[in-house]
Amino acid sequence: MAKRIDVSGLHVYYGDFLAVEDVSMTIEPRSVTAFIGSSGCGKSTFLRTLNRMHEVTPGARVEGKVMLDDMDIYGPDVDPVQVRREIGMVFQKANPFPTMSIYDNVIAGAKLNNQRMSKAQADDLVERSLRGANLWEEVKDRLNKPGAGLSGGQQQRLCIARATAVEPTVLLMDEPCSALDPISTLAIEDLIHKLKENYTIVIVTHNMQQAARVSDQTAFFNLAGTGKPGKLIEMDETNKIFTKPEKQETENYITGRFG
Amino acid sequence: MSTTDSSTATPITQGKRRIGDVVFANTARGSGVLILLILAGVAAFLLIQSFDSLSANTANFLTTEEWDANTRENPAFGVAALAFGTVLAAAIALLIATPVAIGIALFIVYYAPRRLAAVLGYIVDLLAAIPSVVYGLWGIGYLVFQLQDFYVLLERYLGWIPLFAGPISTTGRTMLSAGIVLAVMILPIITAMSRDVFRQVPQGHREAALALGSTRWEMIRMAVLPFGRPGVIGGAMLGLGRALGETMAVAMILSPSLVISPFLLQSGNQTIAAHIALQYPEATGYGVSALIAAGLVLFAITLVVNMGARFVVARRKEFS
Amino acid sequence: MTTTTRTPSTGASGDGPAQRQPRLLSGSLPRFAPPAVLVAAALVSAGVLAALGAFSWPGTAVLAAVLYLVAIGALSTAVENGRKAKDRMVTGVVYICFALAMLPLVSLLSTVLVNGLERLDGYFLTVSMNGVTPSMDAGGVYHAIVGTVAITLMAAVISIPIGLFTAIYLVEYGKGRLAKAITFFVDVMTGIPSIVAGLFVVALWMMLFGPGETNGAAGAVSLSVLMIPVVVRSSEEMLRLVPNELREASYALGVPKWLTIVKVVLPTAIAGLTTGIMLALARVIGETAPLVLTAGSSAVAINWNLFDGQMMSLPVFIYAQVRMGGAINMERAWAAALTLIVIVMLLFLAARLISRFFAPKLGR
Repeated sequence: MAKRIDVSGLHVYYGDFLAVEDVSMTIEPRSVTAFIGSSGCGKSTFLRTLNRMHEVTPGARVEGKVMLDDMDIYGPDVDPVQVRREIGMVFQKANPFPTMSIYDNVIAGAKLNNQRMSKAQADDLVERSLRGANLWEEVKDRLNKPGAGLSGGQQQRLCIARATAVEPTVLLMDEPCSALDPISTLAIEDLIHKLKENYTIVIVTHNMQQAARVSDQTAFFNLAGTGKPGKLIEMDETNKIFTKPEKQETENYITGRFG
Repeated sequence: MSTTDSSTATPITQGKRRIGDVVFANTARGSGVLILLILAGVAAFLLIQSFDSLSANTANFLTTEEWDANTRENPAFGVAALAFGTVLAAAIALLIATPVAIGIALFIVYYAPRRLAAVLGYIVDLLAAIPSVVYGLWGIGYLVFQLQDFYVLLERYLGWIPLFAGPISTTGRTMLSAGIVLAVMILPIITAMSRDVFRQVPQGHREAALALGSTRWEMIRMAVLPFGRPGVIGGAMLGLGRALGETMAVAMILSPSLVISPFLLQSGNQTIAAHIALQYPEATGYGVSALIAAGLVLFAITLVVNMGARFVVARRKEFS
Repeated sequence: MTTTTRTPSTGASGDGPAQRQPRLLSGSLPRFAPPAVLVAAALVSAGVLAALGAFSWPGTAVLAAVLYLVAIGALSTAVENGRKAKDRMVTGVVYICFALAMLPLVSLLSTVLVNGLERLDGYFLTVSMNGVTPSMDAGGVYHAIVGTVAITLMAAVISIPIGLFTAIYLVEYGKGRLAKAITFFVDVMTGIPSIVAGLFVVALWMMLFGPGETNGAAGAVSLSVLMIPVVVRSSEEMLRLVPNELREASYALGVPKWLTIVKVVLPTAIAGLTTGIMLALARVIGETAPLVLTAGSSAVAINWNLFDGQMMSLPVFIYAQVRMGGAINMERAWAAALTLIVIVMLLFLAARLISRFFAPKLGR
């Protein structure tokens, strides 16, 4: 079910501005890959190219190849809408749809696409997704209340349930915990551990402890210099990156001696 | 995960573009283009229909005061008096309304208690929603009688100023009455715009002024007015545009005559818009075409004023 | 500006506590001073005018206002200082502006209400002017209400889709030269005088159907010219308020753009969109000038057919009655004005209520 992502020679541009330069990496299925690096180094930008979400920003474009198993997602006939059903995304700020109830938020992917679904199927999908997101027990009595009424951490788990209800093979998470308190963060991290059994997970984080706690692989991004594009500096087993990285830059960053 | 196999069954390649997207995007773009076409149509039709009378006109359209167009033989008409009246009425309205509007806006934003301010905000919007024909009715059916005493005083004490020279009209149906009603009508426009910019004055600026030990008025003069000036000017010009084009209030209040007269307390003058409304039902010969030509002049005047207003407002946006 | 810097700096630099203390405390009028001065000013001016034998309410008000400004200025200069005096005088001026604005509103509403109620009853609302001579003590506005409803509905049917789709184009698709041109020309269109919109349709109808053709549809088209830009402006503003995160969330679920707009963006903005449309309706429902030119000003009978013959409407009815000028005509005009104001206010109120109660919580 979970699929492998192979990136080779990827450049990301905003108009004429080169934002991320020449990234190649392999993301293993059924594992968690963390992207770390300082603000503005392009890790979120790069993440968004993995399901073509960057195309929402006017002027953004890429060069290079992103293979999902044996399919190039930038191939000539590929529909970005289909790509996003295959590769789901969770955002920094929890963004449940304010006009929908918790129930409707979970099945939003199907509902918004006008898919027909029997009531039983929908109930089943909602329960399965919410259980999968460790949220079922907390909200099962108020499924018809608006999703915006939940706490920040619950909202974020609701968004994860919403993303998994589409049944993607890969889940991208863009700093999913940066707006949450430590307890809610822990709940999300537990959830990531659980989700890893079924999905390929990529997570961008500013928090190095978090990267160390949840990920199997870690990729370190940095700017090639002031005003220069962001680059992938090093990628390896999380253990290795945090104990004996190959590059001096990486060591400086993770030990806090930056620059 | 095995209940649906959609993710594996649906290929991510889908050769065609989505029909829904294509239809929707083109409908949206088509609506936008339609607006451009409508506007082009307004200009084009007015030009075409006015050409008829303008080419038959035996007088200079821009400098002639009289309006002798309801004939097929040698029409002679011009917009000089009308254009003068239009500008005069709008200028009176603007002169009265702008200072009051700034005062109200300051009151709403900086003086009134918060709850009262919210109510006042509604009231200002409500004033803007009252139809102009009702303003006209109020003007001719009530206000002109109230103003008559005031006009008597004005002429007695300020009659030496040519503007207020007598003999004053006994009906009160004068340029000044029309101007006052127009002022009431554009007051909410200028107020709303000024209120919005005053609200946007950064708190930092205001607190900086207060921390220097300034009084409330000094704070407003130092921080609020300089910041808000372009917005107020833009609002005033939008109000001016509205006053220039207003038809009904003037048509109902003013007792018209097609001469250029600076005497605000005597009957006389006329505006383009009111002239069109009054003349149209009786227009014959080249009449309708000539009125369309007058409308074109009005369109041009308001266009210049409105574009000026947009320019001023847009420039402010760049700075903030 | 020099005054601003002087006082606090000398106060703070301090010539010892003995001198600083009174500086901070000095010169402040008691809280009751301004209202007391106002009452005094009102009494004095009323008295003076009565003594001169020229008492009138407006005169008293004007004189009292001037007197108050002078008195509070002088008093504050004496007790406090020049800067505070100025502040108090400006405060007075601002309050006077506020009173000046309330005056016409209160006067307008009360005259329309008092004069309108004289004739506004069930009879007036349910009969037309068919067969009624201008000075006859009979007739009503039913035909005008019918016309107003029919014309406004048709204008709404034309304007709302065009306006809404244009706003969608500008917010969701528009970039580049076309969007810029549309934005600019919508602004231009907002400024078209209503009479010019009427003339446009006159010119258009003349070319399509020959001279002298007036009907309700012509009126509706001319109102649309005025309504479309208002709808575009307000809808655009509302759509821009929809947070981008919601669009992204939808895209990330693999929802195509048009479904995202229809099912996420529009429902989120629906309250604001409805409010804007109601306000646009409230604006065009009172338009008179274009209808005088396009739908005619002399219809007296009930006419539901937008495409055949003249059609009366409430605003034009008011105008036509005022032009006739008799006492009964004025009575009819007032009653019709009251009807029109009630309709406009209901629309206005509905708009406010919708935006208040149905706006989704955007969690901010």
